[in-house]
Amino acid sequence: MANREHDHPHDTEAHGGSEIPGYYDMLETAITELLIEKGLIEAQEIRRQIEVLDSRTPALGGKVVARAWVDAEFRARLLANGRAACEEFGVTFYDETLLIVLENTATVHNLIVCTLCSCYPRPVLGLPPDWYKASPYRARAVSEPRKVLAEFGTIIPDDVEIRVSDSTAAVRFLVLPRRPSGTEHYTEEQLAALVTRDAMIGVIPVSTPTMRASQ
Amino acid sequence: MNTNGIGALVVVPARGELPRYEAGIGVRVLVRSPIGHYRVPTYLRGKMGLIESVIEPRAVDNEEEGFGRNAGSRLHYYRVAFAMTEVWPLYQGSPKDGIRCEIYETWLERI
Repeated sequence: MANREHDHPHDTEAHGGSEIPGYYDMLETAITELLIEKGLIEAQEIRRQIEVLDSRTPALGGKVVARAWVDAEFRARLLANGRAACEEFGVTFYDETLLIVLENTATVHNLIVCTLCSCYPRPVLGLPPDWYKASPYRARAVSEPRKVLAEFGTIIPDDVEIRVSDSTAAVRFLVLPRRPSGTEHYTEEQLAALVTRDAMIGVIPVSTPTMRASQ
Repeated sequence: MNTNGIGALVVVPARGELPRYEAGIGVRVLVRSPIGHYRVPTYLRGKMGLIESVIEPRAVDNEEEGFGRNAGSRLHYYRVAFAMTEVWPLYQGSPKDGIRCEIYETWLERI
């Protein structure tokens, strides 16, 4: 893949043209063509849905978290009804899922997983990382979360309760991480920039550049 | 049966209209292995937990939706709390550690 540009002097060739499609690629193409041929969907709808998903990134979630840190009333609404608070913030939900926002505190650390497949708060975070969809994370997050977290460099003290939320049906979860110390003078925008995807999954805390530099 | 009063009038809820369980109730996940599309993870079947909250509003039963049957299949479902030590007897970690999962009423029984 990396050398593709060198292999092909004309970059106008359709992407992936040099690779033989795998079984699932062919299955997907066949089903897509059938659905379009039968008039059940239009090609435009697939393109449009990709556009919808591409517009959702962890930066949206970061803005929601930062708002919750600076606005106590918004935080209360977010914890009471995650979906409604996000919608009020301008993050629409294009599906039937609900959102439960889980607040990390000095005594509780939340972690999210989908053991069955890859349920993820896509409306606010976009597509999940590959490791989130892979079997090792899905199996181990619910059975040995402390070891999994340690592999992400996150050591949770024994007196802090770990709560693993397994999304299986109509609810998605978003972790509201703890606001790092030393950010009292940060603007909401600066705070939002600190919040990463992994922190909203619950595998790492939010840290400041100073904290990261001293690690 | 739960009933609501409006003045002297009594409103009788339909079957399934009100949630059967409330927060704090102990439940066991049923052990069933039906053929088809089921959302209750196998590792939680037969395990005991506590209802943490009733998730509102009722949601379409994914298990029916999996077969394209959506109409009228909204069910109550619950956020259920399980202790790690209940799910994994050899669990290494704090005894306070736990799992939360949303489970439809049809998969729960009161203990």
